[in-house]
Amino acid sequence: MTGLFDNFFSGSVPLEGYIIVSLIMFFAGVYGFLSRRSLLMILISIELILNAADINFAAFNRYLYPGHMEGFFFTIFTIAISACETAVAIAIVINIYRNLNNVDVDNLQELKEPDSPEEIKK
Amino acid sequence: MNYSAFLQLNEELSLLTIMVILLIYDVFAGEKALRFFQPVAIGLLVIHTIINCVPKEAFEVAGGMFKYTPMQTYVKTILNVGTIIVFLQAHNWLNEKDSIIRRGEFYFLTLSTLLGMYFMISAGHFLMFFIGIETASIPMSTLVAFNKYHHNSAEAGAKYLLTAVFASGISLFGISMIYGATGTLYFDDLETMLTGTPLQLMAFVFFAVGLFFKISLVPFHLWTPDVYEGAPTNVTAYLSVISKGSAVFVLFTIFTKVFGNMVEQWQAILYGIIVISITLANLFAIRQQNLKRFLAFSSISQAGYIMLGVISGTAIGMSSLVYYILVYMFSNLAAFGVISVIENRTGKLTMRDYDGLYQTNPKLSVVMMLALFSLAGIPPFAGFFSKFFIFSAAADKGFYVLVFIALVNTIISLYYYLLVVKSMFLNKSEHPIERVESDVPAKISLVICTVAIVFVGLISEIYNQISLLGFGI
Repeated sequence: MTGLFDNFFSGSVPLEGYIIVSLIMFFAGVYGFLSRRSLLMILISIELILNAADINFAAFNRYLYPGHMEGFFFTIFTIAISACETAVAIAIVINIYRNLNNVDVDNLQELKEPDSPEEIKK
Repeated sequence: MNYSAFLQLNEELSLLTIMVILLIYDVFAGEKALRFFQPVAIGLLVIHTIINCVPKEAFEVAGGMFKYTPMQTYVKTILNVGTIIVFLQAHNWLNEKDSIIRRGEFYFLTLSTLLGMYFMISAGHFLMFFIGIETASIPMSTLVAFNKYHHNSAEAGAKYLLTAVFASGISLFGISMIYGATGTLYFDDLETMLTGTPLQLMAFVFFAVGLFFKISLVPFHLWTPDVYEGAPTNVTAYLSVISKGSAVFVLFTIFTKVFGNMVEQWQAILYGIIVISITLANLFAIRQQNLKRFLAFSSISQAGYIMLGVISGTAIGMSSLVYYILVYMFSNLAAFGVISVIENRTGKLTMRDYDGLYQTNPKLSVVMMLALFSLAGIPPFAGFFSKFFIFSAAADKGFYVLVFIALVNTIISLYYYLLVVKSMFLNKSEHPIERVESDVPAKISLVICTVAIVFVGLISEIYNQISLLGFGI
């Protein structure tokens, strides 16, 4: 950890730097997924998680296994897949917007576990 | 480069051909020709199933990224048969006013998920596995949101897609750590390199989340009842059987092969997950009134039982797992078939509505009863044999306490399965569901399921055939 910032200022970033960034992105994504109330923000949080994994792949490949291209290939495929996911998710979000006129997750309460026995009986 | 090796992938190629044919048919055929869309789709899929049902020699394509083992043929055949049954049941729903213009899309999307599952099953590299699992789950979410004008369907679609992508994102992060720890992603190489260091263990836990989510085991099950309730019933049937069955098979191969050296660690994790899955899902199922939610919780506990085959990690576990998927498919599709027929005609879904169903619809009630008996594991039906094999596979490796807990839970599950049977046969109702006439394809599918429920357990040759290949894993 002591050498981390020395290297940083001398121009070469060590592997730990990338891993720290990717971990921060990952947990920011997890936190955002759990705490945000807008469907679009949740979608962005998921993108953060996927991109954190991409950074990991690229960094590991560059620093630890420079002879192969496996990590880079994986990154490219993941980016393509996450683009597909976003496209489909946006389509569904638009569908919800047409039904409800907003994209707040608090309004997605039609389907849930009945709370009380009275509600179950109903 | 020699591309002829790819010709060995007949299953994938023939499915892809069917997809292209159906797409062209859907786009270019006129109003009259489109009336035969469903028979053509089912006919093609039947041909596809028949020409691909004989196991071949094991082979590898693309440098080991795609690994075929003979057992996969059986799993793929089971998935094909399940898809055919879902297609038969979907006939009435797809001919409604809202969905008839999007009929072709349903078949295309369903077959895309099936193609994704094929690749997921045959993966020999984490990239192939990840692409497969995503190809299966992205079109699946559009299927869940298929009823465009129903708010429930869109809500279920959003819930499914967001949680699915979240789970696969965590899984992907785990794969990236596996790559960081070992430098390769080929299953064959990983087998010796994963030894259970702390980083690899953490990578394993992250990775397993994605698959546990797909199978909807308990800490990752919360999406299941909501999505099952909101999705169109035929899609729910597909989701609960085909999607789950393929994921279970992949889980077994990856856990035993790739993480073979970490067997003690993952057995400990699975032990806890099985106990909570079965117990919690059973307790929640008791209080459900909506039948789709009820079957959702029942399918979570069934997934817990299937995991007993995984935890044993042996060839017997493998063959009993495939057999369990087969039996579970027929039983669950029969139950969903009855529910979808009644829901499409009358819109009624709760257990209370089913009071006195036997008076008006004796045949449907009997099919439903057989399906529930099979799910509960009552002896003459197939469900008993599948449970017996999977319990004996787990007991074989010394998991006696676990098998005992599972047995106790079987009795609890009997209670709630019989609640439905009781409401159909014994309860009196002033306004029972009127007599419904099911369409011919749905009838065919229910007959297939019923015959299978009664006879698959009795014909021991089926289990023998499966177990012959179990040792190949």
